[in-house]
Formats: sequence, C-alpha cells, structure tokens
Amino acid sequence: MFQEILGIIAIFLLAVVLAIPLGKYIVKVFKNEKTWSDFIAPLEGFIFRISTIDPTEPMDWKQNMKAMLVLNGVFFVWAMLLLLTQGIHPFWNPDNIAAMEPTQAFNTAVSFTTNTNLQHYSGEASASYLTQLLVFCFLQFVSAGTGIAALALLFQGLLLKQSTTLGNFYNLFLKSCTRILLPISVVIAIILLTNGMPATFKGAEQVITLQGDTVSIARGPVAPMVTIKQLGTNGGGYFGSNSTHPFENPNYLTNMVENFAIILIPIALVFAFGFYIHRPRLGYAFFCVMTLLFLLFVGISVSQEMGGNPMLAKMGIDITAGNMEGKEVRFGTAASSMWGVSTTSTSNGSVNSMHDSHMPLSGGVFILDMMINAIYGGVGVGLINFFVFVVIGVFISGLMVGRTPELLGKKIEAKEIKIAALIAILHPMLILVGTALSSHLAAGNGGEVGYGGSAQWLNNPSFHGFSEMLYEFTSSSANNGSGFEGLGDNTPFWNIACGVVMLMGRFLPIIGPLAIIGSLAAKKSVPQSAGTLQLDSYAFSAVLLSVIIIIAALSFFPALALGPLAEYFMI
Amino acid sequence: MKLLKQSLVLTLCCIAVFGFVYPLLIWGVAQVAGPNNGKGEVVEYNGRVVGFKLIGQSFTEDKYFNSRPSAVGYNAASTGGSNKGPTNPDYLSEVQARIDTFLAHNPGVAKSQIPVDIVTASGGGLDPHISPQAAYLQVKRIAKVRNLAENEVKALVDEHIDGPLLGLMGTSKVNVLKLNIALEKLAKK
Repeated sequence: MFQEILGIIAIFLLAVVLAIPLGKYIVKVFKNEKTWSDFIAPLEGFIFRISTIDPTEPMDWKQNMKAMLVLNGVFFVWAMLLLLTQGIHPFWNPDNIAAMEPTQAFNTAVSFTTNTNLQHYSGEASASYLTQLLVFCFLQFVSAGTGIAALALLFQGLLLKQSTTLGNFYNLFLKSCTRILLPISVVIAIILLTNGMPATFKGAEQVITLQGDTVSIARGPVAPMVTIKQLGTNGGGYFGSNSTHPFENPNYLTNMVENFAIILIPIALVFAFGFYIHRPRLGYAFFCVMTLLFLLFVGISVSQEMGGNPMLAKMGIDITAGNMEGKEVRFGTAASSMWGVSTTSTSNGSVNSMHDSHMPLSGGVFILDMMINAIYGGVGVGLINFFVFVVIGVFISGLMVGRTPELLGKKIEAKEIKIAALIAILHPMLILVGTALSSHLAAGNGGEVGYGGSAQWLNNPSFHGFSEMLYEFTSSSANNGSGFEGLGDNTPFWNIACGVVMLMGRFLPIIGPLAIIGSLAAKKSVPQSAGTLQLDSYAFSAVLLSVIIIIAALSFFPALALGPLAEYFMI
Repeated sequence: MKLLKQSLVLTLCCIAVFGFVYPLLIWGVAQVAGPNNGKGEVVEYNGRVVGFKLIGQSFTEDKYFNSRPSAVGYNAASTGGSNKGPTNPDYLSEVQARIDTFLAHNPGVAKSQIPVDIVTASGGGLDPHISPQAAYLQVKRIAKVRNLAENEVKALVDEHIDGPLLGLMGTSKVNVLKLNIALEKLAKK
C-alpha cells in the first residue's frame, strides 16, 4: 500500500528535478547557443542543404504557419499512402498483414500526424513492421517536433519588439527532433530494452504452453517505438493494449521510466518558458498553477482506485488491492492512476490500465483533464493552450482594475482577445457537438443509449455508455488518443468524425495563438509602471486558476453530470 | 511549389533518420544488451520453449496455480482488456460466477479471503502475475491433487514472491509460469 504511493511520488519528483536542467538546455537549443549536442549539427546542415532550406531565414507568422501546414500535409499523404499499400510491401512484414480499410487509414494517418495517436486499429493485427517504423515511429518524432517548434515561435514572439518576423519554423522543427527528442529517446530505449522489451524483426512465435495450449506471441521492434510514444506525448502504442502489454511495459521499473517520460518534456517546457523570456519566476508560477490541478486529480484518482469497487466488496471478497479490473498486478492501482492522470493531462494517450474500467470519478477526472488540456499539456501545444488562458486571464484582470490589459509589456487589444476567445470555445464545441451527434445516432431507431441500442458500438449500458462517447470526442479534440476502449470505434462514422475533430483540434489552436503572437511581436513595448499587472503574483495565479476552472470545467459540467457523475451516484 | 519540394525532401530525410536509422540503432544495441538478443526472454522446460517470461499464459487446470481471468483468453496475437465499466450488470454477474467457480475448486477457502486480482481481468489480457495471496489460497488444492505436502508447495510460493522494487516501490507478485514450472519439477522428484 505504502510502497505503491512511494513509487508514484518518486516518478513525479524525478521528472520535476530533471525538467529544470532540461528546460535550460531546451532554451539553448531554441536560441541556437552552443551545447554539448552540437556534434549533430553537420547532419542538420546536410538535411537543410539537400532540402534547399535556409534555416537562418527569418519568417513572419504567416510564412511559418504555411511552412508548418505544408510539411504536415506531406506527412499525412505519406502515411495514407503506406497504410493503404502495406499489404504489398516487399519487406518488414513477417506476419503478412494486409492494407488498412480506407476510413481507418484516414483516421490513423490524421491521428499520427496530429500527435493524437488515437488507434482504431490494433498494432499486432493491423500494422506491419514497416508501417510501425516508417509511418508510426517517424510520425511520433515529427509531430512532437512540430508542436515544440510552434511553441518556440511563441516564446520568440513574446520577446520581440516591433518585429514582423518570428524565427524559422524549419530550424526549430528539425532541432526539436534531433537535439531534444532523439538523444533522450536513445537513452530511454536502452533502459527499456535491457529490461526485456523486444527490439527484433523476427515475426510472431508459436509456442505450446505448459498446459498444452498453442499460442502465437506477437513481437517486433517494440523498444524504439514505445520510447518515442512516451516521450513525444504521442501515445501510439506498438500493441493494441498499449503499455498494459508485458512486452510494452515489462516491469515496475519500466513503468516508472515510461511514466516519467510522459511528463518530462511537458514540464521542462514550462520551465523553459521562464528561462527563455528571462523571467524564471513566471515559469515556476505557471508550473505551480498546473501542478495544483495535477496533484488534485492524482489524489482523486488514486483514492478511487485504491479504495476499490464497492460493488465487488458487496459480493464478500477481499478488495484491499483496489479496483483491479483492467489493471496489471505488477503495477497495482496507484501506479495506474498516476499514469492515467499523467497521460490525460499531457495529451499523451498511452495507457497502462484500461480507462474504461476505472471507477466513475477516476474516469471522470481523466475526461476533465483532457477538457482542460493545458496541465503541462502535449509537447509544445500544451503550453500554447495555457497561453490562451493567460491572455484571457490578463484581459479579465485588466477589466477588473480598469486598465488596458498588458501581457509582458504588450497591449492586449480587441483583435487578440477575439482570437483567444474563439480558440477557447472551439474545444468545447468540437467535443459537445460530436458527443451530441453520436448520442443521437446511438439512440436512433428507437433503441436506448446502451449496448442494446441499434448502433451497437457501446460496450457498457447507461451512463457509462455515454461516457464512452464523451471520452472519445474529448480525446480526439484534445489530441490525446487514449480511449474508453470498449467503444467499437472502427466504423466509418467514428473514423471520419474523429478524424475531422482531430484536425481542427490540432491546427486551429496552433494557428490562432500564433496569430496573436504575430500581432504582439509587431507592437511597441509599454514601459513597466506601478500599475502593471504582475503575472508571477499569487493574485494572478488565482485569476488563472479561476479562468481555467470556469472555461474548461463549467462548459463541460452538464456533460460530465450525465456520464461519470451520474454513474458515481448510482453506486 | 518551392515550398512543397522543400517539404518533400525534408520529410524523406526525417523518415530516414527517425523511421530507419534510429530504430536500427536501438535494434543493434538490443543484439548486444537485450535479453535473448532483443527477441524476448523465453522460458524452457524439458528442453523445449514453453513460453516467454513476460507473457502470461492460461492455467485453468486444478493441478496448476491458476492465472488471472483474461478478456482475450491469453491470446498473445490479439490483446486487450474487458473494458467493462465498474457498474455494468453483466460484468458484476461475471465476477460473481468467477467467485463461485473459485470457491468450488478450492474447498475450505473463505469468500472473504479471495483477493480481487484472481477474479478480475487484466488490461492487456496477458498478465504474467498473480498476487501472493492468490497463490497461497491455491496451495491446499494443488497439494491434494498432486499428492504433495502442503508446506512443500507453500514453500515454493514463498520462494517465488517478487517483492517491490528495491523493497520500496510497487507491488508484490508471483510469476505464474515460473511457479508452475517449479511445481512440475517438485512433483517429479
């Protein structure tokens, strides 16, 4: 019991302690300063030369966004092409896996390009080794790199005065991949593979078990892929059951390392923000606001899961181990809750337990976490989302004291506020409209919302069935990728609907804030005075917390009441 | 058009580095540093491979320590959990049935002793472990079926308990496959 708690405290502390030096290193990379990793520079130089890209050319925010969109468009086309033809590739397909169905391929290509990694397929059954590496492993690097580069542009824009240009997307993108993601991946992959995680090109192995059953055991180049899926807040697992699979998460140590990898870069980027703009206190203040919510959510989930399922307690068995349905004995309930909150707050989406089988409040916390989507958040994009809350917070504070709102010496005016407000309501709109539509379809033709209904895609009846649909759209819009996996989501409706939601939920919240930054960078700086709002003060932290709770939590409260809360009160 | 060409070449370079060179590098390290050269650690008994150390397998017969229920029947080619919600009536009656079966196979065991892990399914459906408590409860049945002394079988479980990491972090557990192989060896003596 006590050892389980100690394990999760260790994960969190280790991540925070290492995130500080990593944050400093990231700033050096963003600012093109000298670092130990400069030995990679010739490779980057070579790549830029043959792509005829000048990485030092300054671009304005529109050029940067255009570069990002075209590049991501190429990623998507590449993924589509390979997924639709994987059955005929001549090598790295020992288990003879066939091509994907078109709507599933669309969903998967969007999913991996947008750093969501929602998986409507099962890796061991529907993806060849070639696909796993040349599509999934590759995209998990570059989609994470895209997010980090967008954030770096935002950092730069906050420092600039009367400038139309921001920086160079290509430069920041490639260096995010080669200098941040790649070196850490190599170290973590080695730890994982020495603990028994496979890294092989041999196909599945037929074994006759001790009891005499014949089983076929899938394996493959697991270690390289699992590492980047954890580190880049991707979550696209090698196997269908993600990190609950013993080959994808062999023991308690690997579980700690993988969970650590989920939150490491997201936390480091928050610190990096403070270091970059020469105001480390502000980075720490933002970290504290996020951490307050993070620890609250971990507390709720851990107490729910360790407490166990009262409905099983009524049957008279011993539930001291907690709610073990969908969980592994080698991790236990506390580590499963810690992972659940980590993966939903950072838009990672990998799982080490089945979220569908968590207690109602624990599952509800996971959904709320993705609705806020800015507690550390996905690499890069999490802090961009948080920035939207900051702009709104600054605006509200300005209204309260009757001054023109300022953010780090720049006036926030109608144009910026309009964009921020639109982006803030986009997320609730995508989630609630999607859930309403799917609920309508599930309830159609006279069938009740439940697995007896005509849609047949729910795995659980009543309120929990509703939660399954709510979770899926929340996960898509937040670019998270985890699921209440009981949902039978590999149908054209879910493949296409989630695909569209993922695209909008990914690119609009990057483009909007970058437009704000483009306009802020062009403005004159207002000198500090006694009346200037102090962003690193307790008062502003309280405002921020309220803004997050009001926007994120309240707009979703009715939906949460129909799902997890209603189920909780049913017990 | 220039933008498209630049993006195309940049994409191809990234595919080469992150989709090809990086995984091959890790694969290369696994050839040297990974257990069984990165192919997954296998367990042998009587000179043949009977499974992988990490991958749980189905043990339902009374003469073996039984493993946890699995939503996919320990099918390691298509893994997953039950994904049943905690209040789902079908799920609850399934658990009730598992409790009844366990009691029927293990006479003398009180219901209040049954630990939750032995009547619930794991997340991946391949959990190689059970809790020590779940193993101890099966000692009496196995000793009887195999004509062994109870304390001998119990000592076997004691030996196979895998405690928390460094004694400080995580759970205690028993690897069912290893325990059953040790049991077979004990029975042969």
